[in-house]
Amino acid sequence: MSGSAADGVPASPLSYLDRPNSYIGRSVARPNARRLLAGQGQYVGDIVLARMLHVAFYRSPHAHARIGRIDVAAAAASREVVWVVTGADILGICKPWVGVLGHLKGMKSAPQPALALDRVFAQGEPIVAVVARSQAAAEDAVQKIAVDFEALPPLTEPEAALAEGAPVLHPELGDNLAFERRIEVGAVDAAFAAAAAVVEDTFDFARQTGVTLEPRGIVADYRAADGRLTLYQSSQAPHMMRALMARQFGLPESDIRVVAPDIGGSFGIKIHCYPDEMATVALAILLKRPVKFVADRLESFVSDIHARGHRVRGRMAVDAEGRILAFVADALTGVGPYSAYPRTSAVEANQVINLIGGPYVFPAYRARARVAFQNKVVMSQYRAVGHPIACTVTEALIDRAAAALGLDPAEMRRRNLIKDDAYPVTSAVGLKFEGLSHHRALAKMLEMMDYEALRAEQAALRARGIHRGIGLASFIEITNPSPAFYGAGGAPIAAQDGCAIRLDPEGGLTLQASVGEQGQGTETVLAQIAASVFDVPLARVRVVTGDTDTTPQGGDNWASRAAGIAGEATLQATKALKANVLEIAGALLQMPPARLDIRDGKVVEAASGAARFDLAEIARMVYFRTDALPEGVKPELMATRHYVPRGYPFAFTNGVQASYLEVDTATGAVTLLKHWVVEDCGTVINPLLVAEQLRGGIVQGIGGALYEECVYDEQGQMQNANMADYLVPMAAEMPDIEIGHVAGTPTAESELGAKGTGEAGVAAAPAAVLNAVNDALRPFAARVTAQPMTPECILRALGKLPSRRGAAGPAFG
Amino acid sequence: MPSSSLALDGLIEITLTVNGESVTGRADARTHLVDFLRREFGLTGSHLGCEQGVCGACTVRLDGRIVRGCLIYAVQAAGRRVETIEGLSDSGEIADLQAAFHERNALQCGYCTPGMLLTAAELLAMRPNAGRAEIRRFLSGNFCRCTGYQAIVDAVDATAKRRQVARR
Repeated sequence: MSGSAADGVPASPLSYLDRPNSYIGRSVARPNARRLLAGQGQYVGDIVLARMLHVAFYRSPHAHARIGRIDVAAAAASREVVWVVTGADILGICKPWVGVLGHLKGMKSAPQPALALDRVFAQGEPIVAVVARSQAAAEDAVQKIAVDFEALPPLTEPEAALAEGAPVLHPELGDNLAFERRIEVGAVDAAFAAAAAVVEDTFDFARQTGVTLEPRGIVADYRAADGRLTLYQSSQAPHMMRALMARQFGLPESDIRVVAPDIGGSFGIKIHCYPDEMATVALAILLKRPVKFVADRLESFVSDIHARGHRVRGRMAVDAEGRILAFVADALTGVGPYSAYPRTSAVEANQVINLIGGPYVFPAYRARARVAFQNKVVMSQYRAVGHPIACTVTEALIDRAAAALGLDPAEMRRRNLIKDDAYPVTSAVGLKFEGLSHHRALAKMLEMMDYEALRAEQAALRARGIHRGIGLASFIEITNPSPAFYGAGGAPIAAQDGCAIRLDPEGGLTLQASVGEQGQGTETVLAQIAASVFDVPLARVRVVTGDTDTTPQGGDNWASRAAGIAGEATLQATKALKANVLEIAGALLQMPPARLDIRDGKVVEAASGAARFDLAEIARMVYFRTDALPEGVKPELMATRHYVPRGYPFAFTNGVQASYLEVDTATGAVTLLKHWVVEDCGTVINPLLVAEQLRGGIVQGIGGALYEECVYDEQGQMQNANMADYLVPMAAEMPDIEIGHVAGTPTAESELGAKGTGEAGVAAAPAAVLNAVNDALRPFAARVTAQPMTPECILRALGKLPSRRGAAGPAFG
Repeated sequence: MPSSSLALDGLIEITLTVNGESVTGRADARTHLVDFLRREFGLTGSHLGCEQGVCGACTVRLDGRIVRGCLIYAVQAAGRRVETIEGLSDSGEIADLQAAFHERNALQCGYCTPGMLLTAAELLAMRPNAGRAEIRRFLSGNFCRCTGYQAIVDAVDATAKRRQVARR
């Protein structure tokens, strides 16, 4: 599709997608990566302001305790300490907040203070803030604080928290149930009664955390003279933060500026409001000086949000041909003592029951999700919210049903995946799919991995006592969320994005966009779109993001929305600017603009291609020699457009992953041999960046599958809250990952047609690995249903260590 | 003249060579090298990730060999030669490796990248014929949360091969 004459842009024989100079679909390197390669990135930790102070926090050593006397005298008397602050000191300007959303019916949470008041509900909760002239001095003084605690019994397990007669953490809420949702579609009981086979398992997903290599950080700078608050924050969501800070501190939003400089990883960790960051802002306002907080790694582990942490009992009924008749799922999660602000802690559980069975046709579904309060670190949204849990439950049951019926796992999927020609489709749960390509993706996968040969190799090695497994996992992925999401729940989180683009005097383009860059390549992708539509070399496009003062209002980065939503805004803004330029050129040449075009940075006659103006000539005339423009021409060399998807709640993508691995049945160790992914994310703007989003996501998913766990003891103490003991994937253990493509399904909602791709890797990697492990264990009639699949976990499954699970899963369905 | 001396306020004056330049800064005895480089000389290309020697984000060169900048005290660097990502970039020593990282998108957020580059540069210098498995092992002390490592391995591998060709 090229611009229509109605837009003032001449119809071109080729669309911008396939014009000779188009950057759409080209693997260009990220221009903004050069400074990072030279060590010239600027992260929050690098920022130093005049008169800047540093804050460190005294955090609760208890999971649950009443706070008695707080003795800060020694800390306050310490060298270089400016102020020691308890919860009551900042309550006046920093009221507790409540993390609920209106559209999550029945959801509740308690007011959460920046600094704990009379009780602490989790290890790591900040209680006292120490402001000093250096970070070291602040940290030293924290060591001199003495707090009298009356330890209270911690409530750590969600089952216990929801049990009859359990002590209620926040008595004003009545119970410990933060949120509950039920789904009932179709004749579930009849489906199970008629089933040829029923498979069932209880799946445990450990708590994980994001481990962004750059810890959270903020510099808050309040200038009392003009009442301006500037935050330099390691944040994915500067626009949301600005709105929240205005509400929190009673400042006009226009007096607040949030700058997100280079961000050292985010993955959903840096999208929430954290008490320590709120306290830092309050301190800056009270002290009228810049205050800096950068978490150290030890406090990251007990203050960054955790995620996953689910127990799901899943059941599936199939007929004799292997067709799915029904799913039943019961999901339970504990999210800490408060629901995170402002996105809540109920979304992951909600997504789990939304996404179960997602790629498949099934007529009946019963599900329940329960979210409990407990005395652990707050849980909330982390990359691919709910996806890996739902995908693992679904794909593990698919494999079990295939085994029960003697079907090959690939054939089982072929029989149940939604047909490629069936779209649009509304699923049993009500998910609306505009267009997906499950069957093409599966066929491509089987060909790419040479499935049959791999099965033959597996059989041959098995005969020699080498136990390899092949795991498949089809998936759907939520991207491009519409306004039906957070905004409808009352949170100041935009679904629309904006792009302002201008022609600079020397003929280059400057593009200001409301989404940001955390390394995924947002700025590059937007530049590719603008350069393609305007037809200028990529090097002439400069992209500005991450500053609420200089970018349009928008929705920031989450749920893989930047390319699809801000990309479309960029496309439309660039088209508008191009029309403006051609109008001016037409007036100068006394030609209808429709007979002109821009090609390779020059205004040309569309028919002959003859060059008439360099863009710089037009720009210079408009800016500096307006007197030479014909009468009546009102030049406008800046154009702004916004875009929001309205037709579908989300632009779903789809794909399939596969894992090939070896299990050492003597030690329980898993060696990953190879991993594959086929994904369809609609229009691909930059194949290199898509591939690397997928690879990075897969390895994060593998982390959850094999290594990562926030290990807690019964006292609610995290036992491995440091980077040596919390295992993350490192280079030596990771496999090479091969990526395949299919003819995709661009969304017709936008002219660009792009969907997101940031969640896909994480979504299905754990399922593929779990299915591969269980495939390897098949000769032993053993199976693993818990993640991470540590050697210990695998040895338990093999019966070489005693089984750990005592109680059966929750009774439901 | 000694390369370190105790000043009256308890800070120690430390003279060392940083990226080829003789500089003097002051630090507590407990200050680790990377904090010292960042605060005293504004060399913010070396990053803090874990401060316990696990993640590799603070990797710098000390007398020609890579060290964890968080496991070395600033005073230990007195009189010695330190090189950081800023120095290696300015000198052009690892320009080919940086170009390979760029081309292959072997970085996303960039926070691990300076440490990763210094580690890879040492491998390429010590073991110019390293294969992929050896590259993976050598880099396995540097945590990257974004890329999944394959692009980094590819970039190092490509640089090794290009240098092999150039040597012939």
